[in-house]
Amino acid sequence: MDTRAPFSAEPVPPAIRVENLECGYHGEVLLRNVTFEVRRGEIFFVIGGSGCGKSTLLRHLVGLLSPTKGSVSYFGRDFHSRDLAGRRDVLKTFGVLYQSGALWSSLTLRENVALPLELYTALTRHEIEEVATLKLAQVGLAKFADYYPAEISGGMRKRAGLARALALDPSIVFFDEPSAGLDPITSRKLDELILRIREMFGTTIVIVSHELASIFDLADRVIMLDREAGGVIASGAPRELVATSTDPRVQEFLRRGDRASDAIPRPELNRGPSIQ
Amino acid sequence: MAARPDAFSDLLSTRIEGDELVMSIRGRWLVTGPRPSWAKVRGDQWPVQIRPVVDGLETWDSSLLLFFMEVHSWCRTTGARFEQRDLPPRMCQLLAQLEEVEPESIPQDRGEDPLSAVGLAAADAVVKVRGISSFVGECVLSAFRVARSPRLFRWRDCLGEMQQCGAMALPIVSLISFLVGVTLAYTGAIVLRQFGGDIWVADLVGLGMVREMGAMMTGIVLAGRTGAAFAAILGNMKMNEEIDALETLGVSPVDFLVLPRLVALGLMMPLLTLYASALGILGGISVALGVLSIPPAAFWVEMLSLVDLSDTVVGVIKGITFGLIVGLSGCLRGLQSERSAAGVGKAATSAVVTAILLIIVADAVYAVIFNILGL
Repeated sequence: MDTRAPFSAEPVPPAIRVENLECGYHGEVLLRNVTFEVRRGEIFFVIGGSGCGKSTLLRHLVGLLSPTKGSVSYFGRDFHSRDLAGRRDVLKTFGVLYQSGALWSSLTLRENVALPLELYTALTRHEIEEVATLKLAQVGLAKFADYYPAEISGGMRKRAGLARALALDPSIVFFDEPSAGLDPITSRKLDELILRIREMFGTTIVIVSHELASIFDLADRVIMLDREAGGVIASGAPRELVATSTDPRVQEFLRRGDRASDAIPRPELNRGPSIQ
Repeated sequence: MAARPDAFSDLLSTRIEGDELVMSIRGRWLVTGPRPSWAKVRGDQWPVQIRPVVDGLETWDSSLLLFFMEVHSWCRTTGARFEQRDLPPRMCQLLAQLEEVEPESIPQDRGEDPLSAVGLAAADAVVKVRGISSFVGECVLSAFRVARSPRLFRWRDCLGEMQQCGAMALPIVSLISFLVGVTLAYTGAIVLRQFGGDIWVADLVGLGMVREMGAMMTGIVLAGRTGAAFAAILGNMKMNEEIDALETLGVSPVDFLVLPRLVALGLMMPLLTLYASALGILGGISVALGVLSIPPAAFWVEMLSLVDLSDTVVGVIKGITFGLIVGLSGCLRGLQSERSAAGVGKAATSAVVTAILLIIVADAVYAVIFNILGL
């Protein structure tokens, strides 16, 4: 899908526009009136405490759940109102990295990365294998291409999941708690990878997380969800929110992160040119 | 008044001051050690106020709080006053917390009245039947989709499953079918010997195995072996978000995961049914030879006088049906599994129960249909 509109006089639609979304599980509404936009090429965080509905919102964004009200559109095209084939067209344009990596356990890493290519491209088997190996090399896993997911560590599984999410060169990549279960160094490396993907490919990145160090290092903008409020209670750049927000919930959440990142010094983000 | 002498004098002593009972708490109050009972401490006294004081208390934990709770509860019942002004602040805080939660800890009656239970069970049955029907429909649609574009079909997964549910199941199917043949022959011999009709054991075993027991025993074995495995694998995949990953790629889990398993079982079950029937007949021949002194050739000739190709076809049709039932139950329960280890366990159990139940129902339905058709 061509996501650019170079000759149009109309304003370029954002990568994602969420309007008045109402979502939840089993008839229980968790989030109401969720409205926000994610600009093209932006690193956008959905933050909030445990159980506030971050992952539920993500599941609605990627089409695993349907909202009870409201709409989600990608590059100006509504998503949930489309039929199956129409949705599939949109699904091709984004990749998702799940919390556990979600690699298909019966396939090797190369086969995991190759599957989206087999389904959606007319490449030959040899070309598919080459692209899959390249994607694995981009996340530093070329040597492990023939390993099964059970044979590698949690951090490697996440990187392999990222390689699979990048297989179709998506315009948007969603991350669900990318740092969950990772040690600080591996988590830092994953943050570096995310930055470089954005810098090299201009990919729009949406991250659901409560890892405050990553939020302050990576986020261009955030929205904060709150369980009690049942929706968005703040949006903006994280440091701007710390400086200007008068909401005690936002201050408590983000300032704790500021203190935590002061107390535990993190290594500088390596913003080198290549993805390794 | 002098302190009351009792077995717990190293932990507390009491004295009466007017209407007030003063308890001196001391020593080591540990939950792993003995604790005095309030009833014994109080004895036959009915104080209007109880005032604990700390005097030489070395260490304390929940044991002391439990004792105070007992006292507190007695005070609430009798209307006496529990005066805690001489207790340390930390102890007072914990007691205040206990007071807050105590009324909530009264056990709740979670029982359902029988009428509600029947209603809920009926509603649940309707939901389950609807779930099974909708899943069967999805599988049929998926089969059409894959027939239109065979490139989508995961042949490699299908072959792997064929090996798992076919070749790898041979030892257990062999053992069970042989033993079922032996049991049928022994049971038949008890009755038929009374009429001098030992030879008819061959008909009983042959017809029983080919039409009924071959397919049914294989179905039941595969329900426990393969159906449970399907449910556990798919449940685990759901827990690990592997199924979500397929869906966000625009791939139907039914096309990708269910159909190869159904095709594998649909292809393997008739072969396993024929094999099971043969092994059961072998079991019958062994008993006939060993117990009834009927030579194998006589057994075979007698069996062929009754059992013909139509019986074999009936057995094979049942085998295919039971195979599909096992596959559908396992995959359905796996995809419906909750995202937890306990949920996966429940899915596996439910897959076996559903498969066996549906196999018996299908067998009964086939009995009626084949009877009407004269097969």
